[in-house]
Amino acid sequence: MSISKSTSLMRKTLLAAASVALLGTSQLALADENGKELAFTRKKGNCLACHMISGGSNAGTIGPALIDMKARFPKRDVLKAQIWDATVNNPESPMPPFGKHKILNDKELDAVVDFIWNL
Amino acid sequence: MKRLFTAAVVIALPLVMAGSAVASPADDSSAIRSYFSKKFPAVELNEFGNGVYAIDKVSRESWEAIEEFPPYETFVDAGEEMWNTAFANGKGYKDCFADGPGVAHKYPHWDKEKGMVMTLPLAINNCRKANGEKPLKYAKGSINDILSYMTYNSRGHKTNVVIPSDDPRAMAAYEEGKQFYFARRGQLNFSCASCHMQNSGNYIRSDILSPALGHTTGFPVYRSKWGTVGTLHRRFKGCNKQVRAKPFKPQGQEYRNLEYFLTYMSNGLELNGPSARK
Ligand code: HEC
Ligand code: HEC
Repeated sequence: MSISKSTSLMRKTLLAAASVALLGTSQLALADENGKELAFTRKKGNCLACHMISGGSNAGTIGPALIDMKARFPKRDVLKAQIWDATVNNPESPMPPFGKHKILNDKELDAVVDFIWNL
Repeated sequence: MKRLFTAAVVIALPLVMAGSAVASPADDSSAIRSYFSKKFPAVELNEFGNGVYAIDKVSRESWEAIEEFPPYETFVDAGEEMWNTAFANGKGYKDCFADGPGVAHKYPHWDKEKGMVMTLPLAINNCRKANGEKPLKYAKGSINDILSYMTYNSRGHKTNVVIPSDDPRAMAAYEEGKQFYFARRGQLNFSCASCHMQNSGNYIRSDILSPALGHTTGFPVYRSKWGTVGTLHRRFKGCNKQVRAKPFKPQGQEYRNLEYFLTYMSNGLELNGPSARK
């Protein structure tokens, strides 16, 4: 790796660290945006195909509206498990197994879980 | 709460049908009929041949307007010309289909001699090949013209698929088609039944899912999305692809057996193709 590249990388890392420290909440909002984008876009989560989600349009009616999720899922892990593979809980679920079938990779899945959990 | 209730009802049928390997085709057919008549009590049996327009009043209105100047009409005309144009050897479709063009209701049927499900597109190409003509492609293109014409002339005849009891291979083909219908596939893990039984009537994004009952009566279909008329197997391919499953070959054994099962489900319903869809 060239020197200039590694300094720029370092600068980026530092910047990122600084922004987390300084702008904790807006960083969270950014992560949320990412999760939202992943949840909404047809090529990734496409959760709107089946679920009404605040902020999304043309939502389907196959699954329940995703609202007030912390009340339904006090534990984030339980929510994650539902999104990882819904057929564990309900073998007849039409919901795609996003984690198990690698429709979302680990990072993407976590971002989606964060976004949904905060709904 | 209401939704939860619907979901519970909805799950019942696929379980009953999918789980009962011993059910006869007649049992399957009456299960599917009673399931959809409970789900859509206002819809009469024959109406199911209109797909999503049988169950959704809003889209039905624009569809009825479209039917005033049917987009498939030019395809019917082109097909009529094909029907009346002689092959290079002087013969024509008439010589293969002695009862005339209105024979779509006789397909698919079990061809005992060939040991396979015979569909109308396959019979059309067999006719062409027997007369030294090149076979037509099975999803897009002019096969849809001749199919549109023949189907148009078959309107009003009732679907009447027979699973002959004197050849166990016919029953096996039906069972294979049925298993295909209930098997989850693709990265997204859907079966045909996930969408067209369990969730028929529900919105997937902004599309309403049509019921499996009546799914075959209107083909070939003019779809605005395609901008042309397409075959039933083209639709099968599309529905496989959208769940990121590998589509099968139009007129290959998988789709022919699927057609055998799915058309049997619509026995008694009138043929009403070609039709128009969004
Ligand atoms: C094809 C339809 C479909 C898609 C796409 C879908 N779901 Fe679901 N989802 C359902 C159904 C139906 C249920 C009801 C329970 C079950 O069958 O698993 C459900 C349940 C849930 C639940 C549990 C809700 C509760 O209150 O119990 C969560 C959370 C959820 N889905 C999140 C998601 C997320 C996040 C995505 C996208 C990444 C998504 N779903 C995509 C159909 C779908
Ligand atoms: C993820 C959902 C989904 C799955 C899975 C699915 N379909 Fe579809 N299908 C649709 C949608 C959406 C349409 C267009 C609206 C409608 O008519 O339902 C459609 C339309 C059709 C039509 C045309 C109906 C008409 O009236 O023109 C047929 C036939 C059909 N599907 C058969 C199948 C078969 C067979 C399978 C399995 C191999 C299958 N579908 C799997 C969503 C699905």
